[in-house]
Parts: sequence; C-alpha cells; structure tokens
Amino acid sequence: MLRSLQIEPEKCTGCLQCEMACSYQAEGVFNPAKSRIKIFTFHEEGRFVPYTCTQCSEAWCMHACPVEAIVINEATGAKEVRADVCVGCKVCTIACPFGTVNYDQDSKVVYKCDLCGGDPECAKACPTQAITYVDANHTGLDRMRAHAAKNLPGASASA
Amino acid sequence: MAWTKKVMRVNLTEGTISEEPLNMEWANQYLGQRGLATRYLVEEIDPKCDPLGPENKMIMTTGPLTGTMASTGGRYSVVTKGPLTGAIACSNSGGFMGNEIKNAGWDMIIFEGKSPKPVYLYVENEKAELLPADDLWGKSVWEADEMIHKKHQDPLIRIAVVGRAAETGCLYAGIINDLHRAAGRSGVGTVMASKNLKAVAVRGTRGVGNIKDPAAFIKATNEGKKVLSENAVTGEGLPALGTQVLMNVINEVGAMPTRNMRDVQFEGSSRISGEAMKEPRPGDGRPNLTTNAACFGCTIACGRISTIDQGHFTVENKPEYWGASGGLEYEAAWALGSDCGVDDLDALTYANFLCNEDGYDPISFGSTLAAAMEMYEMGVITKEHTHGVDFSFGSAEALAKAAEWVSKGEGFGKDLALGSKRLCEKYGHPELSMTVKGLEFPAYDPRGIQGMGLAYATSNRGACHLRGYTVASEILGIPEKTDPLVTEGKADLVKAFQDATAAVDSTGLCVFTTFAWTLEDISPQVDAACEGDWSVEKMLEVGERIWNMERDFNMAAGLTGKDDYLPKRLLKDAAKTGPATGKVNNLGEMLPRYYEVRGWTTDGVPTRETRERLGLNPDGIGV
Repeated sequence: MLRSLQIEPEKCTGCLQCEMACSYQAEGVFNPAKSRIKIFTFHEEGRFVPYTCTQCSEAWCMHACPVEAIVINEATGAKEVRADVCVGCKVCTIACPFGTVNYDQDSKVVYKCDLCGGDPECAKACPTQAITYVDANHTGLDRMRAHAAKNLPGASASA
Repeated sequence: MAWTKKVMRVNLTEGTISEEPLNMEWANQYLGQRGLATRYLVEEIDPKCDPLGPENKMIMTTGPLTGTMASTGGRYSVVTKGPLTGAIACSNSGGFMGNEIKNAGWDMIIFEGKSPKPVYLYVENEKAELLPADDLWGKSVWEADEMIHKKHQDPLIRIAVVGRAAETGCLYAGIINDLHRAAGRSGVGTVMASKNLKAVAVRGTRGVGNIKDPAAFIKATNEGKKVLSENAVTGEGLPALGTQVLMNVINEVGAMPTRNMRDVQFEGSSRISGEAMKEPRPGDGRPNLTTNAACFGCTIACGRISTIDQGHFTVENKPEYWGASGGLEYEAAWALGSDCGVDDLDALTYANFLCNEDGYDPISFGSTLAAAMEMYEMGVITKEHTHGVDFSFGSAEALAKAAEWVSKGEGFGKDLALGSKRLCEKYGHPELSMTVKGLEFPAYDPRGIQGMGLAYATSNRGACHLRGYTVASEILGIPEKTDPLVTEGKADLVKAFQDATAAVDSTGLCVFTTFAWTLEDISPQVDAACEGDWSVEKMLEVGERIWNMERDFNMAAGLTGKDDYLPKRLLKDAAKTGPATGKVNNLGEMLPRYYEVRGWTTDGVPTRETRERLGLNPDGIGV
C-alpha cells in the first residue's frame, strides 16, 4: 500500500519541529533552512500552513529533468533526486508548479521531499498530528467521516 | 558541544565587528544564555556604570539547546545592566530569533559602546555588518520589521527591534522579535535604543549540530516531549488556554493583585480569563482568541493569537489593528486588566497589541498605570495631567489612551514611561509604587502566596515571578504541594526554585516546561548535547553559582540587603477577601532563614566561604 503525507493546517501550531526533523534526517544538522517541508505563517490571519511535495504521478520535475536525475521509488511512490546525477540546471525548479523542488547553493544540486524512504520524519515529529502519513488511496477518509457524522446526531467526528 | 563556540563582538562606537572563540572554561561553569552571558558582563563592565551610557554593554545570547529539536529549544536572552533597577537585567524571549542566531553560527552577540547614528545589525551566517537605520528610527516595531524585510528582499530574515517607546526613553521598553515575542522585562530595549541600535536582523542557514551523542539526544528529547504532552498543564491547559489558564485559578486563591494591589481578588477576572477569550463576543459573534501558536521547537504551543472586534471603540476606523496578532498572556491580562480594574477583554488586547507594536513591557506599563489611577482617585493626578481623560480604576478608555501615549512618548505618556517607582516619587507618593528594586510586580499577590513575597524581595532583577516560581508548589502542587499561607519552609523552597530556574534559563529551553519537567528531565537532554558532565547535581551547582554571581553584581552596583524589601502595603495592609483574608506577607519571618540557606551574611552578602565553594571571586565583584 502506498502512503501519502496528509497535511491538516488547522492543527499546525508553527513550531517547526517538522523542519528540524526533516533537515536532521537529510543533512545531519537541525537546519530549517534546508528542510524539504516548510511552514508558512499567515500572521494577520493567525494561520500556519505546512507545505511540501505532493509526489505527483506525472511529476513535472521528473519529466523536465534533462539527465533523468529524478526517479520514482516504486516502493514509496516518491520522486527522488539522484544527487550524483543531477547537474544543478534547475529546470525542475521552474517546472514544478508548487515550488517544492529547490536548488541548494551548498551542494549545487536540487533537493526535494523523498518521504524519507517510506518513514517520513516530519510526520513523526509533528506534536499535533497536523502532518500524518496515511493510505494514499484514502487521504480524504477523515473528512468523509466528519461529513458522514454530520448526518448522524451524537456521533463523534473523529475515528 | 551544541555551542557554536563563536562570539560576535559589535563595537557600536567604532562601527567594528569581530569574532572570538567562546570561553569554554566559562561555558563549563555557566552553561550558556543567562549564566554565561552574565559571566561575560561581569568581566566586562563596571557594575556602577550608567545603564544608559555607552560603558554599559548588552549581550544577546543563546543556550546550548537553542536551535535543536529539544522541545522549546528556541530561546535567547538579553543580559545587561537595567535602567529601572540599576541591577542585573536579564530578559528571555521565544519566537524564532534565538534559533536564527544559532543557525547563523553564533552563540552570542556582545554589543558595546554607542553608535553615533542609528544603525541596525544585519547578520547572514558568517557575514555581519552595521547598516544605517536613519529611515527606521522613529518607526514602530511593526513598521521597521516590514521595512527591513523589504529592503533585503528576504522574507526569511528574523528580526528583533526596539520601538518608539524605547527611542523616547520609556524605562521599561523591551526588544520585540517576530512582531510579538518579547525580551520584555527590565528595560533591555531602553538599553538597546540608548546605543542607537534599532534592530538586529539575522538569516542563518548553517544549521545547529555538534551534538555530543546524537542518538542519546534524540532519545532524551523524545522522552521529554512525551512528558510534556502527557502532563495536564503542558499537554492540555497551556495549549487550550495559554498562561491565561491561571486567571481564574489565582483569583480563586485570593492572590490576584487588583487595583494597584489594594485588593487580592478581581470581580471581573472571569471576563478577562483564558476561558473568556474563547467565548463568542456580542459584537461580531467571534471569539477574541483566533488560535494558539508555538515558538520555535515548542511542543506545548501556549502562545495566544487574537483578533479585536472591528467595531470595538479602540479600533474603530483603524484597520491596521483588525488582523490577528499576539494576544493576552496571563501577565499582560492581569497587569492591563485586574491591576487597573479593567474588564474589557478587547481593550486589554488592544493595549497588548500596542505594547508589541512599540515594544514595552505590559506588566510594568499596567502596574505603572495602576499607580497613576490610584493617585488620580486621590486627586494627586488630575485631568490636567491626563489631557481630560478620566483615569479612574476600571476605565478602558484610560488604558487605551495611556498605551497610545506611551507608544509614542507623548504627553502624560512621558510620566507613565518612567515606571511606577519614579512616577510615584514624582507625584510625592513613593509608598504607592508596587515595585521591588524599581521593577513592577507580576501577577501573584504575596499575601495569598507567602513564598512569592520572599521570591520577589530577593529576585536579582527586581520583582519577578520568573526567578523563583514557588506558585508551582504553593498553588499547583508542582513538584509537591506546600501551604501558600504559611512561611515555614519557604526560604528553602525559594532557594531551590531560584537555583533550578537559573540553570533552566541557561539551556536555551523555556521555563514553562517546568510545569512538567524537573531537572531530572532536562539534564539528560543537556548532557547528551553538551560535552562535559551535566548531571542534575551539576545543573543545580551551576544555578546556584549564577544566582550568587548576579547577587555579587548587584552588591558591586551599590545594592544592599536593604533592597530585599516589599512595599509596605503588602506587609501592613491585610488581604480583604478570599482564602488569605487577614493575611499580610510575612517577609521578616523568611528572610533571615533565606540568607542562612544561601550562605550569606545577616546583611545579605555572600560569604567568602560561599563564593569559594561556588568558584566565584572570594572578594566579590569589582574588588
């Protein structure tokens, strides 16, 4: 079963534990500047929104890459960057409509979320379950359940 | 390890910036942040110096766990000599500034001298430069923050700024980072502005590493997070209601200072409580509270983000205040609310927004306003002083106007900007100033919580709850319950809290974790990150060393045991209502024993033996 990162912004407190966990897994230091997942603060609205790669099926980044440095990990569905193949041309960063693949000045190649090989650190680090790793076929399950509960007086909206 | 082992020294007089290695011998004795920066300050300034003169220095400092995955590990402190007190000043802030300084590769930044013209410090990792701030001077914190972000075309810069209150000499101005987090108490912002330093803007992309034992560190921090999430206060109370969870609790035990501490219970407390912040308002049907929010790395998330009803009299036709921003913490709600007798939640929120917008301490401001209100009711301060505004207790209009004036340093705001001690002296009623060593009281009345009286009297930065929070034991039963109305055992309790807190304040962690954590939880996290031995015993020794060093600084600055006092009102006027009815604070029963357990003389001076035991100069500081 493939899994997807599911993000529920209304649960996010903006603590950046996910950014630290991501960067620590990928870089060996606590460095939000190198995190593959980013938290955006909308101050005036009082909202925090985590954002990262959604692992498109027909990934723009992968199709745009001229040297086939972005490949599918069949086990996880993640589109992974092969750092030893990437030439740092940045075409993928232009191709991605969501901005979730970025160039790193220090390593001179691009980097993006690779789902940590199937055990994403961001989801494990999130203290409020704003980021979870769920069945890719049923990312809408909780919302469906909540709406279903509306038609059932007295039922709990959460599983 | 965990330290970056790099110190930045900024000479504002000369306009020069240099790098030096962190003194690791001191780091081993003082850990970081509060303790370590105080060690540097003690070495480098004359304790008798003018706090607002160029000879004073100001240190922005992180702890070894700042910027790591340890829960709440994002704190920084500002250490300097304080303008309200003439004593050591140390103010701690969350938000996202401390971690950014650390990510840029610095443990601390030492500011010395005074710039001939307004400047701000811009740091991008190893690169640091002083840039002109003529255009930023005269701007609020919020304006300056936006201007700096635009100028550098970088939304990811973290910025700490002083506002117009600091520029115009308000003695309790703070330093605001991330728009609404503050190194708020004891006037550290006033010191920063006195150096013509408007802001510190940092972008750090190097990461925080150098963890001694990474596997042990991840294990220890995960265990710590589990304790926080399973604790009723840090796992439920604080995220749901913020520190405002305390409003109703403290009022019920009769320890809610009210109307300049004339009363110990506030009849309007339920209308300004954490619970009230979640109730839909009559005006727009929405609650005051928009969301809770976390500081960097914090798994508690007690921060309040609030919105004011657009139809409320404070913000009518002022759309700049219609968006969400930093809401009321317990201390602000108490000082602006109970202590001034005001129960209008949105008015308190507005005043709190202004405290953030122009950078001043809502505790000192509210307490000073409360003293002014009492003198107004006595006829000492009149409408001639207050530009025609009725300054009676309970006036939300007076609160809003007073905040507007202090923000800009205008009119009667200039008097309020002096702080309670100097305001009351100016108007001939020093006995009405609810201060210790010149710093205004926080939100726990020591008639209803006896140990807090001793904690306030002996706090090294003046009346402060964050130097020894015996409320935890006396009211909340953490780590064990003691009777708040008795003095027995409180000297030992206060010492234990003061020493432990000094250690926690030196780690980079937030003191609010100690609602759930003891040093037994904290020491393994520090020990896994930092080279050397960081056992509980070592942490306590470090805490006691810091406390005595701060005390010695104050002695050298000219303070004596006579400054360990409480205002007469708290020693003579008994509580009129609640469980503490008939009680005054019995400081005299506790102080001699406190000096004894501290190893100080009967005059309150650390003895040679105590100093030697702690590795301090046996002759004291500056001798």
